[in-house]
Amino acid sequence: MRHIISVLVRNHPGVLSHVVGLFTRRSYNIESLAAGVTEHPEITRITIVVTGDEHVLDQVMKQVNKLVDVLKVGDLKYRQAITRELAIITVKAGPKSRHEVIEIANVFGAKVVDMSEDTITLELSGTERALQNMVRLLNPFSIEEMARTGTIALSMKSSEQ
Amino acid sequence: MKKTGAKIFIETLLEHGVDTLFGFPGGVLLPIYDELYHAQIRHILARHEQGAVHAADGYARATGKVGVCIATSGPGATNLVTGLATAFMDSVPLVAFTGQVPTHMIGNDSFQEADIYGITIPITKYNYLVKDTSRLKEVMYEAFYLASNGRPGPVLIDLPKDITVNEITNPPIPKLTLPQKVPHTAKEKEQRIEKIVSLIEKAKRPVIYSGGGIIISGAHQHLQTLAEKASIPVTTTLMGKGGFPETHELSLGMLGMHGTRYANYAVSECDLLIGIGARFDDRVTGKISSFASKAKIVHIDIDPAEVGKIIRVDASVIGDARQILESLNRKVKKQSHPEWIKQIGQWKKEYPLAYKKKEGVINPQYVVEQIYEQSKGEAIITTEVGQNQMWAAQFYKCDKPRTFISSGGLGTMGYGFPAAIGAKVGCPDRIVFDVAGDGSFQMNIQELATAVYNKINVKVAILNNGCLGMVRQWQELFYGQRYSQTILEGNPDFVKIAEGYGAVGIRVTKPEEVPSAIRKAIELDQPVVMDFLVNREENVYPMVPPGGAINKMLDEEK
Repeated sequence: MRHIISVLVRNHPGVLSHVVGLFTRRSYNIESLAAGVTEHPEITRITIVVTGDEHVLDQVMKQVNKLVDVLKVGDLKYRQAITRELAIITVKAGPKSRHEVIEIANVFGAKVVDMSEDTITLELSGTERALQNMVRLLNPFSIEEMARTGTIALSMKSSEQ
Repeated sequence: MKKTGAKIFIETLLEHGVDTLFGFPGGVLLPIYDELYHAQIRHILARHEQGAVHAADGYARATGKVGVCIATSGPGATNLVTGLATAFMDSVPLVAFTGQVPTHMIGNDSFQEADIYGITIPITKYNYLVKDTSRLKEVMYEAFYLASNGRPGPVLIDLPKDITVNEITNPPIPKLTLPQKVPHTAKEKEQRIEKIVSLIEKAKRPVIYSGGGIIISGAHQHLQTLAEKASIPVTTTLMGKGGFPETHELSLGMLGMHGTRYANYAVSECDLLIGIGARFDDRVTGKISSFASKAKIVHIDIDPAEVGKIIRVDASVIGDARQILESLNRKVKKQSHPEWIKQIGQWKKEYPLAYKKKEGVINPQYVVEQIYEQSKGEAIITTEVGQNQMWAAQFYKCDKPRTFISSGGLGTMGYGFPAAIGAKVGCPDRIVFDVAGDGSFQMNIQELATAVYNKINVKVAILNNGCLGMVRQWQELFYGQRYSQTILEGNPDFVKIAEGYGAVGIRVTKPEEVPSAIRKAIELDQPVVMDFLVNREENVYPMVPPGGAINKMLDEEK
């Protein structure tokens, strides 16, 4: 089972080491991790996607909450969260296959951000699943390089009402 | 008026009532040691930084105060690592300071530079690298608060040299801004306690399993009140020894791998197990699926992350053991379980903790029994790790908290002797014995110089079997008696070693000499090393084979 854990921490050098170190030490698996400042400059939000059963999730949340710098830990349910990930993907595509790649990009709402004689670079932000679906369709063209940010998420206010 | 960081450092220690610092100087610590030269703080110079940190740990465990140690950058700092991990596993309040190269040289692989901040993240409760002298005082206040509040633990502060040299205007007493976390509301806490009360009142065969948390929170009397009021037998962990009087009729002694048979039977047969300030360690539980398998399980702990970590619980409450026991004692009505108590009495009679006395050789268990006799049970006992530790735990009956000091979680060989030094410094009027093995003692034997020079009159009782006894025991039982690297040929003459350092050395080879040797050691106002040549083949029994159910124990062949 995958879980999204949203952690608010005091923003100072070393805080990421404390959080990541905990995952290593307790041998929890991190699928992805993204950190960035929040609306308060002194607070950072770390969004971590982990796999594990309910017992593992419970332990991860408690252990993370124990860290001195952690202000709040939340388990965001996929269905009640807005999740986004950004990917930049360079695909091998010359003049012959170019239009096919662009067609796929259009379907997923990806942007063409660079093009050379034999490559196209696309940018897509979306749910992890949308990214995976596009990657699957691009695979036959041979992906040269890909960079992904990992998931960021906020709880969906409309589903709380 | 402007002050250097070093001056602020000393003043802040004094503001926290620090009277003793265990340490070892070095280049980047010169500004601090220069201030220490005339400060009103006793500095105990160890002979190895590991000795300093274990001594601070022993001081903290014996007194309940925060232990403080200091080491220089690089190797000095890395030599603290084992001590910090030891304190972290056993929730000991420590503040450790390390020197660091000046801030502008950090990251250059400078001389004696080590990233001790990064190294100690997983083995400290929290740690700091101070980058600005104006933050120093606040960091120290936070560190002392964190080390001693909630679940205690070691906190490390890394001090680059320039931080201690720079001058700033006198900083005010800081206000702490640490995040506060409340595990449950007062109402929720009340409901959880009510649930525990009703479980206690319904139970027919209850057992309390109490750990180090009882000692840390000073809850020993409250524990005894609950046990007596609700008629509940108490078994303690190694860390919990002294949290409940072991001479009390409701005491089951220690449970687990080398616990008493009756404690393990009681836990296996009980219908309610109340864990207080304990963490269901594998040395306690053995095979989890058969641990207290007939019981509802209650867990009372200050650390929310401990609840449900190892075992599923039926009721739990988070908080300080003493406060929770106070409210339990107010609510629980008097109970009695005559049949259960009778059953336990039978087990005690049938399976007492015993050993086979061998003619003409010293049984190590007998040495521990005699230390108990001759000190009238009033000593502070520290232990090394291995057989000596288990025999000390089995045969030295502790009635009071903070009298049994041992590396439980990490199992650090070489811990007991420096810890004894720290305990004696903290409690100078007490008799302090380190129950040692010939293997463990050699891991921090250099601290004899510390004890002798500072007139710290600790007594070391080496149960000298010429081998790494516990590992040898496992080899005998589980590895076909192939004693790979566990026979310590080439041990030194411990009496001469003691004398060489200026301590007293006593060799004891016959059982009949044991009582008088211990009496003599107690009477001498000097550090004493007693070398008891004990039976090599002696094993620690009873024993739960690793991973086995705790009610299936091995015993010595009759």
